[in-house]
Formats: sequence, C-alpha cells, structure tokens
Amino acid sequence: MSALSDLLRLDIASARTGLAAKDFSARELTEAYLAAADVARPLNGFITETPERALDDADAADARIQAGEAAPMTGMPIAQKDLFCTEGVKTTAASKILGGFTPPYESTVSGKLKADGAVLLGKANLDEFAMGSANITSAAGPVTNPWTPDDAPAPLTPGGSSGGSAALVAAGAVIAATGTDTGGSIRQPAALCGVVGMKPTYGRCSRWGVVAFASSLDQPGPITRSVRDAAIMLGAIAGHDPKDSTSANVPSVGFEAALAGGVKGMRVGVPREYRSDGMPEEIDALWREGVEMAKAAGAEIVDVSLPMTRMALPAYYIVALAEASSNLARYDGVRYCVREEADDLIEMYSQTRGAGFGEEVRRRILIGTYVLSAGYYDAYYKQAQKVRTLIANDFNSVFNDVDVLLAPTTPSAAFAIGEKIEDPVAMYMNDIFTVPASMAGLPAISVPAGLSAEGLPLGLQVIGRPFDEASVLKLGLALEDAAGFDRTPRLLAGAAS
Amino acid sequence: MSLDRDAVSHIARLARINVADGELDNLAGELSQILSFVEQLNSVDTTGVEPMVGVGSVMAPLRDDVVTDGAQAEAVVSNAPDPVGPYFGVPKVIE
Amino acid sequence: MSMIEGRDGAWEMVIGLETHAQVSSKAKLFSGASAEFGGEPNDHVAFLDAGMPGMLPVINQRCVEAAVLSGFGLNAVVNLKSIFDRKNYFYPDLPTGYQISQFSDPIVSEGWLDIELESGETKRIGVTRLHLEQDAGKSIHDQDPYRTLVDLNRAGVGLMEIVSEPDIGSAEEAAAYVTKLRGILRYLGVCDGNMEEGSLRCDVNLSMRRPGDDLGTRCEIKNVNSIRFIRQAIEFEARRQVEVLEDGGEIVQETRLFDPDRGETRSMRSKEESHDYRYFPDPDLPPLVLDQSYIDNLRAGMPELPDAKKTRFVEALGLTPYDADVLTADRDAALYFEAAAEGRDAKIVANWVTGEVFGRLNKDDVPINVAPVPASELGALIDMIKGGKISGRQAKEAFEAMWADGKSADAVVDELGLSQISDDSAIEALVDQVMQANVDKVEEYRGGKPKLIGFFVGQVMKASQGKANPASVNAMLKAKLDG
Ligand SMILES: [Mg+2]
Ligand SMILES: [Zn+2]
Repeated sequence: MSALSDLLRLDIASARTGLAAKDFSARELTEAYLAAADVARPLNGFITETPERALDDADAADARIQAGEAAPMTGMPIAQKDLFCTEGVKTTAASKILGGFTPPYESTVSGKLKADGAVLLGKANLDEFAMGSANITSAAGPVTNPWTPDDAPAPLTPGGSSGGSAALVAAGAVIAATGTDTGGSIRQPAALCGVVGMKPTYGRCSRWGVVAFASSLDQPGPITRSVRDAAIMLGAIAGHDPKDSTSANVPSVGFEAALAGGVKGMRVGVPREYRSDGMPEEIDALWREGVEMAKAAGAEIVDVSLPMTRMALPAYYIVALAEASSNLARYDGVRYCVREEADDLIEMYSQTRGAGFGEEVRRRILIGTYVLSAGYYDAYYKQAQKVRTLIANDFNSVFNDVDVLLAPTTPSAAFAIGEKIEDPVAMYMNDIFTVPASMAGLPAISVPAGLSAEGLPLGLQVIGRPFDEASVLKLGLALEDAAGFDRTPRLLAGAAS
Repeated sequence: MSLDRDAVSHIARLARINVADGELDNLAGELSQILSFVEQLNSVDTTGVEPMVGVGSVMAPLRDDVVTDGAQAEAVVSNAPDPVGPYFGVPKVIE
Repeated sequence: MSMIEGRDGAWEMVIGLETHAQVSSKAKLFSGASAEFGGEPNDHVAFLDAGMPGMLPVINQRCVEAAVLSGFGLNAVVNLKSIFDRKNYFYPDLPTGYQISQFSDPIVSEGWLDIELESGETKRIGVTRLHLEQDAGKSIHDQDPYRTLVDLNRAGVGLMEIVSEPDIGSAEEAAAYVTKLRGILRYLGVCDGNMEEGSLRCDVNLSMRRPGDDLGTRCEIKNVNSIRFIRQAIEFEARRQVEVLEDGGEIVQETRLFDPDRGETRSMRSKEESHDYRYFPDPDLPPLVLDQSYIDNLRAGMPELPDAKKTRFVEALGLTPYDADVLTADRDAALYFEAAAEGRDAKIVANWVTGEVFGRLNKDDVPINVAPVPASELGALIDMIKGGKISGRQAKEAFEAMWADGKSADAVVDELGLSQISDDSAIEALVDQVMQANVDKVEEYRGGKPKLIGFFVGQVMKASQGKANPASVNAMLKAKLDG
C-alpha cells in the first residue's frame, strides 16, 4: 500500500493521533482524500463536492493544531448528508423541488463540526427528503454500494436514506459522515455498507437546520469506520440547543471515555418478537453469534419480550407520513425552490409540487394527507400515536430488567438497485428491526458483525435506554472487537487495483 | 380502506400535488396497498391509552421576549423564484 | 335579546364573536424577529417566519404570560398543560403551509365577562376559550398588475384568539362585549387594542331563528376592524338573513366580508373549496406545561380591572354607576380621572372629565393620554373654583384656552384676567356706587319690594364686568339695603 492509501485507511482515532504527532498535516490528509476522489465518484455518493472549501478548512485546521487548540474532529475530512443546511453551500435534500437552494444559515450539527475544525469534502447523496431505504429516490440518481461484486448483474443499493454517507465511509472516500435516522436511515445503510452507524437518543443532537422529514423521529448521528469514531463524532455533534424545543437539556460528554468500561455484568436483552417468521437463516445465525460474543465478553443474556414490535412499522408509517405531509407543505414555489409558472395560484402550487417531488415523496405526502384528513384522523394518526405509547411502554418495562437490547439491524444484506421498487410495502420491510427504537426515541447503533453467503456485510444492532448512549457504545465496541470485521469492499479509494 | 380515483384526486388537491389522470389508477392501487398494511393497527386495543405527544418527558422551553432576529430582507428573499424588490411575488390572487 | 321584526313575526339574533388580539410583545410568538407594527417589507422576518427548511419554533414566554393574565381577566380556567397544533392549508401569506395554533387543548378555557347595556342592566357573556396562535403575513394585491406581493412582517406575530359563546343577542351587545374585552386586555397591558392597526379584530358568527327554535345556519363575517363596523355588519347581516329566510330561501354557511364603504356584507370567494385543516399536534413543540407557582405569581401581580374599579368608584368615591362605568371603560381615562380626583371632590372632577374633557377629546379625536390639559392642570383649575378665585363659568372659559394652547391653569387665568373680586372693600365701593345711581329703586325696595334685590345684584355684577363674587355681592347689598 502506498503512503497515500495508508492515510485513507486511518479512522478518526488514529488520524487524531497522527495529526497531533505531526506525522502528517490536515492538508496532507485532505489532499489524499481529494486525490482519491475519482475512484469513488462512480458510486455517486456526493451530490455536491467542495474541494476548495476542503483545502481552506484543512489549512485552518493545521493552524489550530499548531496553536495547540485542536478539537477531536479538527482536520477530519468528512461528508455532510445533503439534508443538513450548510451556509453558502447548495443544499438539495436530493429533491428537484429545492433546486439551487443555498441556505443563508448553517445547521447546528454541521456548524458544530465546522467549529471543531472538521474538513468538508462535500454533501452526501440520500433518498429524496430522506424518504427511502435504498437511496434510489434521489433526484441526483442512485448510489452504488461499494461492496457490489464485479460480476453482479446490477449494482447493489447501499441502503438509505443516508446511502451516500454510508457508501462514502465504506469506500474510504471520507473518514466519516453525518447521517439522519428517522426509521433506520443511519443504521440500515451502515449495516449494508459494513460500517458503524449510530442513531442517538431523540433530542441528543439538534434538528435545527436539518431539512425535516418527520420531526418527532428525525435524529442526526454519525456514520464511521469504528465504534470509537462513533463515540468521538457523537461527542462533537451532541448537546443541548435552545433553538430546538425538542433538544434535551442533558450533559453530552464522555462518550469515548465510557468505552473503557467494558460490558462485564451488563444485562443484554434478546427480544424474542424480533425473530420474525421468515427471518433468513443467515440473519438468525448472525444474531446467535452476536449473543455468544456478548456472553464471551462477560455480559448476561436475558430473553425479553416486546409484544408491540409487530405494530411498530405500520404505526411508524402513519406518524412519519402524516408529519412529512405537513413538513413538506412549505415547498410551494413561493419563497425558494423551482416554480412551475401558472396563472392561478392553486395551479402554481399543484404544478410546482407535482413536478418537483419524486414518486415516493408524492406517495408519502398523499398518504400523510389522507391519514390526517377529516374523518380519518382518529382511526389512523391518533391510533398510531396510542400504539406508539404502548411501544414505548414495552421498552420501559424491559429496561427495568436489562441495560441494552441486542438484535439484527436488517432482515437481509444489500439488494440490487431496482428490487422492491414495484412494491412499496416490501421496501418498507427493510426497517422492520430499526423502526421500534425510532418510535420510542431510543439510542441505537449498528456494528458490522459478519458477512452474508454472497460475502456482503451484515450488521448487529444494540438498543439502549434514553440517553444511555454509553452502554450502547460499550456493547457495540465489544461486538466490534469480537467480530473482528476487517473485510473491505471491492471498490476502495486509494486501493492499488 | 381502498382508495378509488376520485379519493386520490381529492387528496391530491388537498395536498396541492398535481396528478395526471393517467397516474390515478396506479396511484390508487399503491396507496390502497399501503393503507391496508397500516390498518393492522386497528387490531390493537388502545382503550385508555394516551396518544404520544412529545417524545420522552420533555416540556416546551420558553424564550425571553427580546428581538434577536430579522433585519435581513435580502437574505429572506435571496432564494425566491420571483422576488419583487423586497417582496415575494406570486400569481395574482383575486379575493 | 333584541328581536327583529320580520314581515311575519319576530326573529332572534344569535351571535358569537371570535376576537383576535395581538399580544403586546417585542418579539414574535416563535421567533426572535420584531413584532412591531409596520417596518420595511420583510424586514421583521426570521428565517423561521419565512418557512425556511430546518427552522424550528421556540415559544416566547411573554405571549404565554399574556394568555394567562387574560385568562384571569376573563374569569377563566388556565390550563396547566396545553398543546400547540398545526392547522394545515396553503396560502402565500402562510409560509410553512400551516399555522401553529391551539386546537384540542387551549391554554385558557371556560371564562366569562359581564357587559353593561344602555338599559342599565348587565348581561354575562360566556367565553369558550382563549388560545395562542400565529398571525399570517400580508398579501398586497394592488401594487403589481400581474402579481400578488407577499410581506411576511406580520407572519408569526403572537395572537390570542378569544372565542365567545353564542350568548350575544344584538349589535349593541356585540359592541358592548368588544368594548369590555378591549378594556380588560388594555388594563392588563397584554394588547394595545388598536383596531385601526389590526391589533384587535373580530370575526362575527351570526344566525337568525324564530324565538324558541333551534339554532339556524350561521355565516362568519371575517376581520371586522372597528366597533362601529361590527354594529353595521351585524345589523346588515341580520336583515339579509331574515329576508332570505322569509323569502323561503336557505342560509348558506359561508365566510363573508364586511364592506365599510357600502355598509354591507358580501360572500367571500373561499380560499379553498373544502376546508380540511388536518389539525395535529406540532411535533416541533412539546406540550406547554405551566407550574402552579408561576401562575400564582402572575395572579398576584394583576392590576385592578374595570369591574373592580367601577365598584370602588361608586362605593368609595360616591360616583353614579353611569359615571363610574364611563370612567372605567378605558384604562387611560380611569387613570386620568384618578390622578385629577386625587385629594379633590370626586363628583365634581367626574363631571369635568365626562363633560369638558371627553367632549373635547371626541371633538379633536385625540387619545386621553395625550390630552392638552393634563390631569394635574384640570385639578389645579378645579381648585381655583373651590377656592373662589374664579367662577365656574370662568373656569370653562379657562379650560378652553388651556386646551387650545396647552398652558397651565395659572398662566391662562392670569392672561385672561379671570380672577374674581372677592375682597369686600372693592365690592362695597361698587354697591355704594349702584345704590347712589338708583336712589328711587332703593326707596321702592325699602318700601317693601324685596324682589328688587335681583336688580341690584345684576347692576353690581355688570359694574364688575362679572368679576365680583355673586355671594359676597348679595351679602353686602342685603346688609346695606336692610341696614
Ligand atoms: Mg375565525
Ligand atoms: Zn384564529
């Protein structure tokens, strides 16, 4: 391997050491990523690349390091999911309707990374308005999973909605990336791309400046190469934000330090309802291995029951789509975005929105509008929110007995782009294991733990109590160590091919 | 609950989303499919259960009554497709 | 309950009012942008108010405080937990596509206020609820030939929507209700009540029925922005509905606009054919939870409200209920009166304020808080009458002059040389002079025509150019003539 690709293999933790030791500069690190950009470009992981900005950020980072004022993320070349508003940098949410929207403001999360001296390589591709599980609804086109075999008839999906972020991290095109998770949009693509993805507790990271999909579920989080990196990056983006009324006023420190704790004596629950009928044997097997790994690391395994598990997905789709139908009403062609001219106002709205939104988004807005409409509200939305209360109660009661829960992240490995499109519900099933934690606002992590029969990565998920990211990270680290997942995707930036 | 063409075009109108006649049947099929999927929820007995409002036990924080924002008309209309000076422009509304 | 005589029998009016009162706050309900009226177009706009992606609302505590105080002022229940909902509809002056309002769980519910009618009786009007919500922006239709222009300065300003029960039975009662409500809000300092600038606007819901019948179909007349217009709108709309009904027609439930120039209401082309607002709790805002101590503190700091003041004016100051009512209707008027009456005869001061002062205020159409004659100077003037320095007639003359050029009572009385002659030697000289000039009349008087005293008084006053103190003149004459 060349020195260049050595740099590209470093995770945040080791890059931090190297920068501090002056083994290399932030500029060198950034240039290495920029030089390797062509290799990853076919993945279509970026919607917007910002090389000039990256070099400026890198020089600023080096000055900071020189001055001995480096923060943990200083000099780290990252991607921001193109759902985070970035001041002066086009933000599209992967939708035609936002056109060339250039925010005059910076989201809290991207702003924290900027303030810490992280280097912005670009804005990562995603499903339009984060609505999807395969990154195929993006107006910028689909993202290819870097694990796609050469002989594959069709490229594989990286999952979604944070598909660009996960693919870029997996391919070594960025050291880490931000994502957002509404029903699994961080954890599922992380699992399908063989990287670590963490959805923090709802309220842990500010939603201010993040283009909204479903406000009561959306939560920003890190997608990284290691559990330690997830802890480091979470520490950088978490914290109370007075500009977000749903932001929790709790201390957000010591995530990395917590890793040292280990899992000895930790009580790990295995929710039996997750063993859905028709669960592929390889997923079941991976889960059993995970249980053994936890046991071997000194954790106690407890069989638990979450009776409402099966209802999480249908409830999720009602709540998420209802909120989305309202959140996306602002895209009307008046204050920003593309307008389809018409001589009458209602026509202008309908033409603009009809042409500006993609098929899946249109579908979801229509469903969301319907479940809120006169005569249906109680039967759909209200019932869903009641079921949501029951789901949360399920988790509360098991967390009296256990510290964390262990489950698979996804029901399958990466599938081909184009599969399941005909059948929206089948597509929704990808989130069956990730949605319950979302509905209860719980922290959860996906860690790569094994390979499918076709040699594709599979992830294990750890779910924790509200604001107990520490325990989630600890078990995540134990699984990462035990699984020793060191396989790399076929397409790898800087790889000698 | 399965939706027919008319129901779909009514919802589309409510949502201000133009749907071509040709798409109505197909869309009605897809939406009905999703609805029958979510209707599993009706099987859950939720009598006496409070709907979730606000995730976790959060209460709305209150802001002090001070002017901290505004005076940025240019930035406000900077992304507008049809600005008229400091205003947003839209097709004429007759009242 | 006043009736309307139709062609064939009486009709009863059933009226409910929805009043939108703008909270007197510096910043908007959910953003830090200024809530001040006016301003350059789109200058009082935060990105939140423009519905920019990712922007989030945070509640302004001043607006919460205003709602709680108003709740107390309306004898209502203040709910410790309330919820903000989204009311979804598309309109250019509604940037997010939804108005944040309160639907199922308002911050205030179940109150009432008493109104005084010209008949002298009072009537209790129920208040269903008071909730907080955002104002919309402004659409300008007449500045560009092809386009409607949108200014978002108003968008997001905090409003209190106060909904009455359909207890109002006439235009008079409606006017009294709004006057009373406006008074309470102004006393509390939570709304300036300025109807011209739209700080207070009313939607009138009106239906007609035969006495004893069930409620008829109602129409909503939107944004009527003066008490006079409310009366006109109600009178017109009631007549209109009666005509429709008596011609065997049916009332269409609809939104109507009041046209002040024509003095009539007309059907408003509705914003959307089907009003389906799809209310649901705003997921960006957790429930608003107030703790009891917060509420108790606000209650403790409540100022005296019109009803309490009125009672005190009658019982402690001895004013007539009518004067007390007139003087307490407006907070500034009450404060003016109380300042002028401080240490003086309240009844006399009340006559001056309700007579002279209110008369000139109406004539010049100026608010009392900027009256050219401040309460202190009115008091000084009244003191001069009491001290016998000037007569009541001279005082009125002085008042006019003070009002005209804003000078002090002292200055004006001197300039006009309005001081009254009370010193006896001066009056005695005049009396002697008059008696010498009318020796014959003196004889007649002494010969048994006491009525002539009036003639002598008149002569002396004339000689003094009205400056002599009539009482002293009378006494002096009696002494000399009878002595
Ligand atoms: Mg109304
Ligand atoms: Zn209202």
